[in-house]
Amino acid sequence: MSGATRNLPVPTKVSAEYWDACRRHELLIQRCTGCAKHQFYPRLVCAVCSEKSLEWVRASGRATLTTYTVVRRPVSRAYAAEVPYVVALVTLEEGPTMMTNIVDCGIEEVRIGMPLEVVFEDWPEGVTVPKFRPAGAARKTQAP
Amino acid sequence: MPDTLRGKTAIIGAADTDVGVVAGMGATELCIDAILRALDDAGIGKDAVDGLVTCNSMAEPLLYHAEAMAEYLQIFPRYCVSVGAGGGTTFTALHQAASAIASGICSTVVVAMADSLRSGMSRERALAMQSSSGHPEFERPYGAPVPGYYALIARTHMHEFGTTPEQLAAVAVSARKHAARNPAAEKRAPISVADVLESRLIADPLHLLDCSLVSDGGAAVVMTSAARARDFRHPPAYLLGAGEGHSHEHISQARSLTTSAAADAGRRAFEMAGLGPTDVDLAQLYDCFTPVVIIELEDLGFCAKGEGGAFVAAGNIEPGGALPVNTHGGMLSHCHPGNPGSMFALTEAVLQLRGQAGPRQLAKADIALVHGQGGIMSSHCTILLGRETG
Repeated sequence: MSGATRNLPVPTKVSAEYWDACRRHELLIQRCTGCAKHQFYPRLVCAVCSEKSLEWVRASGRATLTTYTVVRRPVSRAYAAEVPYVVALVTLEEGPTMMTNIVDCGIEEVRIGMPLEVVFEDWPEGVTVPKFRPAGAARKTQAP
Repeated sequence: MPDTLRGKTAIIGAADTDVGVVAGMGATELCIDAILRALDDAGIGKDAVDGLVTCNSMAEPLLYHAEAMAEYLQIFPRYCVSVGAGGGTTFTALHQAASAIASGICSTVVVAMADSLRSGMSRERALAMQSSSGHPEFERPYGAPVPGYYALIARTHMHEFGTTPEQLAAVAVSARKHAARNPAAEKRAPISVADVLESRLIADPLHLLDCSLVSDGGAAVVMTSAARARDFRHPPAYLLGAGEGHSHEHISQARSLTTSAAADAGRRAFEMAGLGPTDVDLAQLYDCFTPVVIIELEDLGFCAKGEGGAFVAAGNIEPGGALPVNTHGGMLSHCHPGNPGSMFALTEAVLQLRGQAGPRQLAKADIALVHGQGGIMSSHCTILLGRETG
């Protein structure tokens, strides 16, 4: 049935390195060899200075929570078991912003500005998705 | 450059289809119905149309939408295009129609859109469509529904400026007060701030009543050059200014979560028209979710950044307020068939400028501002309309 499958990323030639690294539980982002700025999502070109030579670097995995929402009505049935879940924008220590889920944290405990660290969730579909939890939090749940 | 389009074109016909649940009419039929009604309103036949601008339907998508509408009517325009800018489509389409007329490509353009989101889509398809929002690789896996993306914006506005859920709710309450004066509106029973806050949470801080409706319906307008505009049945609504602003597609790539490209669109439109926010008698603002109206009021210069919540809570946008907003009831209370949602804001602005808005006619309606945004505060277009060429 449609809606029963989670929204799975389909890696491209540019993004394959990112998703491969996630599978190894590493968060890679691009850094421009010209202006040294980091960027996310991965692109063919530096969005700041148009340099085409970009290198992959391992992000520290530390981030700050920019904003969040608690989803009460899931986007599809595949996400129904997770309701309520937190969707957030987080700012990586290196600068770029990512969308993610906040895990291992009570809904009432989520705060804008809270320090976070990356965790990796291995999905049975063969994809590993980076998520974030409060910095220093103990892992409360096992990845499905 | 800034005055390229000022006073050069005018809307001479405007009409809505039935809205809400329109049984037995597909999206194509609704679009054709809208066109026929707008032509009647202008008092012209289909053969006078030499330009057609439409928007594709989500319930009944067509490969070449505008061509299909032209074929249905057996008209053979010189200019025929479908525009896709999400909720911003209405005014982007109008901007293109005006540009086509002003540059001499064609002389009489119909802008028409309709959809049947309520009756033409199963719940499964509607969910799948909603699931298709967001960046396919870097947002969609995290499972935010569309209200969730707007909730991220609302939360930031609350954090930065102290905007409250009560102030968000005041936007919905105001829309309902306007809708109570419009017999065509889907939702007319009064609601209170408490009703909004007690409706179920969809994505914090947005409640059900902070979200717009899901409807069937369509509308169309007829536009021609200012030189010809007085030859028709109704007083023209002249286009005085138009401006766009485009900042991102995906919310995780937004340069700012609390200042949108509405600021660029508004500035460009006001500059072209030689007008400012204090000249505006009514504002028809895109209201897919309540926080959007607050941010648009700020970005378009009707109040300072961060003061939109207080501006709304003080009653300014209600009937009788200093700046009536969405006098037809908006997408929160009148109807919202998806991308055509802003068309009703446009046809209402035309009625108000003509003095034909019946029991909800404003005492002074010389200048109307209409604004649409598509994506997640991504694609913005502001249009200023007036009773005189300016």
